[in-house]
Amino acid sequence: MKRIYVNEKWCLGCRLCEYYCAFAETGKKNMALALKDVKINPRIRVESHEDINFAVNCRHCDEPLCVKSCITGALSVTDGVVKINSERCVECYTCILVCPFGAIVPSDSGVLKKCELCLDIIEGSPACVKGCPNNAIVYESTLVQKGQG
Amino acid sequence: MRYVIIGNSAAGIGAVEGIRQVDGQGVITIITSEREHTYSRPLISYLLQGKTDEDKMRYRPAHFYDDNNCTLVYGTVIQILPNEKQVALEDGSKIPYDKLLVASGSSAFTPPIEGLDTVKSKHHFMTLNDARNLKNAIARDSRVLIVGAGLIGLKCAEGILNKVGSVTVVDLAPRILSAILDEESAAIVQKHLENQGIEFKLESKAEDFGNYDIVVIAAGVRPNTALLNGIADINRGIIVNEKSETSHPDIYAAGDCTESIDKASGQRKIMALLPNAYMQGEAAGINMAGGDKACDKLIPMNAVGLCGLHIITAGNYTGEVLCKDNNRFFISDNKLNGYILIDNIEKAGVYTRLVREKRALEDVTEIIREALRA
Repeated sequence: MKRIYVNEKWCLGCRLCEYYCAFAETGKKNMALALKDVKINPRIRVESHEDINFAVNCRHCDEPLCVKSCITGALSVTDGVVKINSERCVECYTCILVCPFGAIVPSDSGVLKKCELCLDIIEGSPACVKGCPNNAIVYESTLVQKGQG
Repeated sequence: MRYVIIGNSAAGIGAVEGIRQVDGQGVITIITSEREHTYSRPLISYLLQGKTDEDKMRYRPAHFYDDNNCTLVYGTVIQILPNEKQVALEDGSKIPYDKLLVASGSSAFTPPIEGLDTVKSKHHFMTLNDARNLKNAIARDSRVLIVGAGLIGLKCAEGILNKVGSVTVVDLAPRILSAILDEESAAIVQKHLENQGIEFKLESKAEDFGNYDIVVIAAGVRPNTALLNGIADINRGIIVNEKSETSHPDIYAAGDCTESIDKASGQRKIMALLPNAYMQGEAAGINMAGGDKACDKLIPMNAVGLCGLHIITAGNYTGEVLCKDNNRFFISDNKLNGYILIDNIEKAGVYTRLVREKRALEDVTEIIREALRA
């Protein structure tokens, strides 16, 4: 299956992916209007340390610890994609406890959020991939950075 | 192949999913004495709080048993007959197995407490039925005493706090959550809960039962090991290896009834946690079906929310302590032994991985120091 991969050599640390991610779920047309004065909870986050920048999001691990650990059954795997059913999530944060990539984040609405590859919200490549100005984020089937949970 | 699974909670369900990764055909029978669809035990406090309902508490969808082509039997196993390879049920019936999993969980323990026999409304807080009974018992003006300031007692306190007159938690220990928090972090959490209206009596015996309408006994649990007495090695829990095998051939065990190796400390212990139960059960299922799966990364770890305060902990609290605000890290020999995060819990899993994999990092101390400075 296709996954999102990030090449830290090309990541500028500009954090546009975080905004594209947050914008994608609003369903609105204009990013500036949609996100003005909004505290965003993106499901991709840029980590920076000195000269190194890289964006981190869900790896859709083959052995997803978050799914195995979820106390409610809210997390499950469908066609290789780790998905969260927000109706069943009770915000226990066990997935945050176990995700080795720190890729699951709380949101203002309470329930946990994670990258679902934009499959249900936009056509084609995920929003962070489309929006990356330096092509550091790609959407492909290569296995170079496969999650190992 | 005939698989029999005793227990219908996380470990048992993990086993079904493990078996079906390898064997789509074998006959799976799950036996439960609880007479419920599989449900998430930790959700019972959320049920009292009104944050979930019995339908949403199902640990797997309603069609789970059909999807996995397995049979759920309501009944109580009274004996395992390892020579005949059968389990005997209370109703006199016997079910044959080729591979057996004991995922019998644990039971609430009632310590001998003077005066407890005078209490009319006494409860445990382990099962869905316990939660239903407590829900029916409480009233707006109930004065509730909870015996035990561990996870079960405090989740119960949170669940009923806004539905009753008063909640008092009593414990012999000098601090709350003594199994997962150190002294400093326990004090922070206790203060938060006191501000929400929970009263604590620590270093105290449970007494003066006449002052309370309802008593909840949350003084600990005991692994349900009796079925394997004289059959497999048992210490405090049923002893299993990385493959979830007991010392008896073709009998596996998983979940809260077992003892296994804590990867972080190397010690054998009971780590009665839902994620560990699922992973042990899944490994058992895969191995029962002829696959090869090691479940060798278990550590003590917890994520718990109490009245809006989130606490995440993992590993063991030995070594040098580095702390900032409410976050504490325990380090020795360039390894992260454990951590306690309160409130600021983002990316906790990155630390959990360091603990679980005992990854020695030359600069782990520097990394944590840097993170704390940020």
